[in-house]
Amino acid sequence: MTTEAVAAEAKPAVNYRRAFERVALILVWLAIIAIFGAIMPRSFLNWGNFSILFASYAPAALLALAIIVPLTAGDYDLSVGATLTVSSCVIGVLNVWAGMPILLVILMALAAGLVVGLVNAFFIVYVRIPSLVVTLGTTSLMTGIVQWMTNSSTIGGIDNALIMAVVGGRLFGVPYAFYYTLGVAIVMSYVFDFTPLGRRLLFVGRGREVARLNGIAVDRVRVGALAVSGVLSAAAGVLYAGVLGSADPYSGLNFLLPAFAAAFLGATTILPGRFNPWGALVAVYFLATGITGLTMLGIPLWVTNVFNGGALILAVTISQLTRGREASDIG
Amino acid sequence: MSLSADRALPAVGSKPAAPADRTPVLELSNIAKTFGGAVALAGVSLDVLPGEVHGLLGKNGSGKSTLVKILAGFHAPDPGGAMMVNGEAATLPLKPGDFRRLGLSFVHQNLGLIPSLTVLENLRLSSLTASGRARIDWAAERRAAREALSRFDLPLHIAERVDRLGPVDRALLAIVRAFEDIRTEIEATGRPGLILLDEPTPFLPGAGVEKLFALMRSIADRGSSVVFISHDIDEVMAITDRVTVLRDGRVAGSLVTAEASHEAVVELIVGRSLVRSAPRAVAETKARPVRVALEGVAGRRLQPCSIAVGRGEILGLTGLIGSGYEEVAYLAFGATRAKGGTLALDGGTPIPLSELSPRRAIDHDLALLPGDRQAASGVDSLSILDNMFLPDVDRFFRGGRLDHAGMRREARVLGESFEVRPNDPFLKLSALSGGNAQKVLIARWMNRKPVLLLLDEPTQGVDVGTRQQIFAALRAAAAEGMSVICASSDAEQLAEISDRVLIFAKGRIVQEIAGEAISKDHIAAATYASLDDKDGAGADTRMQEQMR
Repeated sequence: MTTEAVAAEAKPAVNYRRAFERVALILVWLAIIAIFGAIMPRSFLNWGNFSILFASYAPAALLALAIIVPLTAGDYDLSVGATLTVSSCVIGVLNVWAGMPILLVILMALAAGLVVGLVNAFFIVYVRIPSLVVTLGTTSLMTGIVQWMTNSSTIGGIDNALIMAVVGGRLFGVPYAFYYTLGVAIVMSYVFDFTPLGRRLLFVGRGREVARLNGIAVDRVRVGALAVSGVLSAAAGVLYAGVLGSADPYSGLNFLLPAFAAAFLGATTILPGRFNPWGALVAVYFLATGITGLTMLGIPLWVTNVFNGGALILAVTISQLTRGREASDIG
Repeated sequence: MSLSADRALPAVGSKPAAPADRTPVLELSNIAKTFGGAVALAGVSLDVLPGEVHGLLGKNGSGKSTLVKILAGFHAPDPGGAMMVNGEAATLPLKPGDFRRLGLSFVHQNLGLIPSLTVLENLRLSSLTASGRARIDWAAERRAAREALSRFDLPLHIAERVDRLGPVDRALLAIVRAFEDIRTEIEATGRPGLILLDEPTPFLPGAGVEKLFALMRSIADRGSSVVFISHDIDEVMAITDRVTVLRDGRVAGSLVTAEASHEAVVELIVGRSLVRSAPRAVAETKARPVRVALEGVAGRRLQPCSIAVGRGEILGLTGLIGSGYEEVAYLAFGATRAKGGTLALDGGTPIPLSELSPRRAIDHDLALLPGDRQAASGVDSLSILDNMFLPDVDRFFRGGRLDHAGMRREARVLGESFEVRPNDPFLKLSALSGGNAQKVLIARWMNRKPVLLLLDEPTQGVDVGTRQQIFAALRAAAAEGMSVICASSDAEQLAEISDRVLIFAKGRIVQEIAGEAISKDHIAAATYASLDDKDGAGADTRMQEQMR
């Protein structure tokens, strides 16, 4: 009786705090837009700037979405950055150098991502090596293969059809690239929240033994999650090739940290305490806005890294402090 | 208290004659502990003499572990108690780590060894990790480790990894380490130390137990004391000089082992005198059609055995720790791989247990509620609703999406009928008390109307009121035809809900108690008597064995 009374009284207060927590990151995002806008009303606060920002960070956002699938199932996939590079270089090599049709090449790039995911899964799930170790290894392995494949050179001249499909047109003033990522986010949030598969993924990540004893095929779920992250990061590679119009064997790894930062930062918003696609999307564009604003202020390049890393640690710290003992949700 | 020095111990040899006027190594007086309103210890006094092996016995919940935790500085006792070590008063409550300075050392059931490190590293753990040392003198460490092992004739290689050792060597190593940890203290002060062994034997084979006893005896021969906690009365009778029995937080009695009979000890533990082989109650066990038949189930410790459960029957399983009863539920559900055996439902084709997985078991309408709630049963960080419908979310997948509203409605109704408080399906499981969390998890399975519900320690950490609600729910479901297998170490609980109870010892079923004959005391007595029931040995033959 008393517990009920206490719970009933405490409820509204808790809900306000929770509601604020859900939108806190969005508010901070709006705040930094306001600040940069006040400093640079003309150059920063124009639609062209944001339109470029939405398109150019679409691959990074897709990468963040890719990461949260295995993270939800309790595995780290560090190899997404390298997979992105492999995918865009497969497109470059096969389309530009070998002259194969772009559609087939895109399918092959996605297949390459699937293979990477399955190789990771084999060592993580069946050989039972920690996911951090395996995906760190495959990252280096793929980076080497890409250098061999491309002779360490950037491959320009990718089929215009891809470029047109990615940045060739705009919808509501935003290039198409953004909508591919948005589409993936919609599908993911549907799967996460509205299908039994999403529940299984969550339980596998939070309590493997509990999941197993409740009849969930834990190994299959983990393999599936890693395969999906492979395919999605390959798709991010396709977008990247389209945005750049070329295949760059080096820059893909630069996406890894922002994508991870966004995944964890995103887990502090929208659905706090859970890796969630909308949170990840908001987080990517929050980071992107910060970096773009700072760059436009003429702040040196190294600040980008400081901003990414600092935002990640700060966000997770705040979330940890406000949630107290509950916070063990993530990781 | 003087001891009979002429008592021979099996495979151990005689111990030195004891002077009568020794100061106790450990003297506790009036140690009490209450948790909230619950009394765990109600004023326990106890003394352990130098060179003595002292047995500490008692049922689950009698206060043994609370006492150990007070000595380890983990719990603060209620004010009013006193503790003397070698005649000097120690300030209570002890701080964690104090015990070592006082010359006390513990070996817990899990032994506290690090399997992936070597014998040397484990043995010298405290020395190797001590702060304030600039570098490690490995030659000296190796020498010290070899000396320690040879002191107790333990032929282990110091570079061997602990996970490659057998269970017996591991236990021996843990005990040698416990002694080594306080040896310098003992040698510096010239005073005896005390080693407390908290149930180190349940998983050891017979020959291993003898080695362990020899080691305990040689520690005692050096003038230090050993406190031996065990459920196994025969073992306690074989090795100890004196025995203290706890019951309901009090000292039920203290005996000189050589002068005590097995019956006297059982009586002290259980609380009243009982005829050992009480009527093997036939009475009116209702004729029930067999619903679930387990044939030849075998596991890690469980020897092949067969169990049949009737429709609507609640079958209790119990025994001492390590007797195998605790494995049955997991084996029958396919949660741990069985070494053999089959499961047949309603007289159907037997399914080999080695092919059973939790998924298949669930498809056959079996349900398992594991004993380890947090690690194996529910996920604390997820909502009540998610936890409730974990095995059957698919049911709510309608028209291409999860019916969240429907789930919430059903969860609320289910929470209502199982009296979950507070009944808010969106709360995290961690927001509930242990009892309420358990209700959620039981509701999860009962809601599926299983053929057979397998329970492992279903009321551990559950308050008395909740316990009654859970029992009522089980009885109601059983009345509608659900069969239940309930493994528990709590005789009271089994007596309350079981239609029939099977007693296990050394991996076998040794006794069946049914109908009218079921009572808390009878179950407890049968559990403790189970060891010699198996041999069919009465008190006389056992005494002879001991004298041998």
